[in-house]
Amino acid sequence: MATVVEMSMADFLLYALLAGVAVALVSGPLGAFVVWRRMAYFGDTLAHSALLGISLGVLFDINLNLAVVLCCVALAVGLVAMQRQQWVPTDTLLGIMAHSSLSLGLVAVSLLDNVRIDLQAYLFGDLLAITPEDLQWILLGAVTVLLMIYWLWQPLLAITINEELAQVEGISVARYRLALMLLIAMVIAGAMKLVGVLLITALMIMPAAAARRLANTPEQMAIFASLLGTLAVCGGIALSWLIDTPAGPSVVVSALAIFILIFATPRRSR
Amino acid sequence: MAHADLARLENISVKVGNKQILSSINLPLHDDCITTLIGPNGAGKSTLVKVLLRLMKPTEGKVWTRPNLRIGYMPQKIQIDRTLPLNVKHFLQTPHGYSRTEIEAALVDVGASHLLNYSIHDLSGGEMQRALLARALLRKPDLLVLDEPVQGVDINGQTELYKLITEIRKRRRCSVLMISHDLHLVMASTDHVICLNTHVCCSGHPETVSADPAYIELFGASHAATLALYNHHHNHSHDLHGDVVHGDCCGDEHG
Repeated sequence: MATVVEMSMADFLLYALLAGVAVALVSGPLGAFVVWRRMAYFGDTLAHSALLGISLGVLFDINLNLAVVLCCVALAVGLVAMQRQQWVPTDTLLGIMAHSSLSLGLVAVSLLDNVRIDLQAYLFGDLLAITPEDLQWILLGAVTVLLMIYWLWQPLLAITINEELAQVEGISVARYRLALMLLIAMVIAGAMKLVGVLLITALMIMPAAAARRLANTPEQMAIFASLLGTLAVCGGIALSWLIDTPAGPSVVVSALAIFILIFATPRRSR
Repeated sequence: MAHADLARLENISVKVGNKQILSSINLPLHDDCITTLIGPNGAGKSTLVKVLLRLMKPTEGKVWTRPNLRIGYMPQKIQIDRTLPLNVKHFLQTPHGYSRTEIEAALVDVGASHLLNYSIHDLSGGEMQRALLARALLRKPDLLVLDEPVQGVDINGQTELYKLITEIRKRRRCSVLMISHDLHLVMASTDHVICLNTHVCCSGHPETVSADPAYIELFGASHAATLALYNHHHNHSHDLHGDVVHGDCCGDEHG
C-alpha cells in the first residue's frame, strides 16, 4: 500500500520538476531580455491580464490555455502598437492596465456562479498539480520557445543594444519587438500553472538579475539565468513538498535566496 | 563635378507638433564626395540625417537612395543599458557575425585595436566614438554618415579624427556625410558644405587655410592643415524664432 502511494507521489513530483525546469530554462533568456529592455512592468501587465484570459476562456468555453495565450498576445500587440505611436506606456498606464485586467477577470469569474475556478491556483500556481497532459504542452511550448530564441537571438540582441543602429542596419525593430512580446506572452501562459500570474515576472527577472553578477557576455547571462532559475525551481519544489508551502511563492523565495547569496559574495571583476 | 547621386532628399519637410523643423529641403548626395552639414543648434541637422537614414518619416517629401546602398552610421553617442554585459568585440559582432579578423582590422583602422576586450560600459567618450566608427566601417559602406564626430573632442583628437576620416574615404572610396558642430570651420577635405537652419541657407565649397599664416599661428601647422574655412553667403537672416527675414545681409552672420 505504502509503495503504491509513494510511486504516485514520485510521479507527480517528477512532473512538477520537469515542468518547472522547462519553464526555468525558457525564463532564463527571456528574463535577460526583460531586464535589459527594462520590461519588468510590461511583463507584469501581461501576466496580470492572463487572469482576464481565464475568465474569457470560461465565458466562451474555450480551452483555458489557449484563451490565456490569445489574451496575452492581444495585449502584447496593443502595447507594441502604443509604443510605435511614440505614446510610450508610462508606469502609471501599465499599472492601470495590469490591475484592471486582473480585476475584470476576477469580477467576471465571480459572476459565473455555475463555474468554480480555483483562483488560488491561478494567482500563485499549483505546481504539484501538474498532469501529464499539462506537462506535454509545457515541454512542447518550452522547446518551441527555446528554438525561437536561438533562431532570433542575434537580431533581438541587436535591437536591445541600440534600436537606431539596428534599424539603420536593416533590422525591422518593430517586428522583433513584437516577436519578443509574443514569446513572453507564451511563456506566461505556460508558467501560469507553475508560479501563478502574480509571480511569473519574478521568476523571469530574479535569476537574470543574479546572473548579471556572474556573466561577461549576453549569452552567458542568459544561460546562467536558466541554470539559476532551475535551481530556484528545484529549491521551491523541495520546500513546497517538505513543509507544505504554496509552490509559486516557494520558488520565488528560493530565487531570492540565490539572488542574495550571489550578491553577497565579494565581486572579483566584471 | 559630374558624380552620380547616391541619395536624394526631395522636398523634405518635417513638422513636429507646431514646430517646423525642416522646410522643403532638396539635397542630393553625390558619389565619392564629402559633404559637411553645418548649422546652429536646433537647425534640424540631426533630423535631416534621421530622415535620410529612414529613422524618421518626413511630414512631406520623399527620400530616394540608390538601390543596395550600404550606409554606415556613426551616431553622436549611444546609451547601452548597464545590465547588459557587453565587450567591444561582442558589440561589433552583433548581429552580423563578423569574424575576429574583420573586427580587429576595423579597430586597427580607427586606431582602437586595444579596445577589443574592453567592456563597452568602461569606454571613455572618445573610445566609444571609435568603437561606433569601427562598427560603421564594418558594414563596408558606400556612404558613411557621421553625426558631430568631433563634438566634445579636443583639438588633437579632432585633427586625428579628420585625418582618419579623410584616409578612410580615400582607401575605401566611400562618400561621407558629416554633421559638424562648428559653424565656420570644417574638415579640409570637405567637398561640399551645406548650411542648414530649417531650410538650406547657403551651400558651397570651403577654403583651405593650411597656408594661411593667421590660422597657422592660431592652431599650429598640422592642425591648420586639416581645417577649411567656409564663408557663408546668406541673402536673408533668421529672427529669434528661426523664421526667415529676407533682405540684404552680411555675408557670414548667422541668425
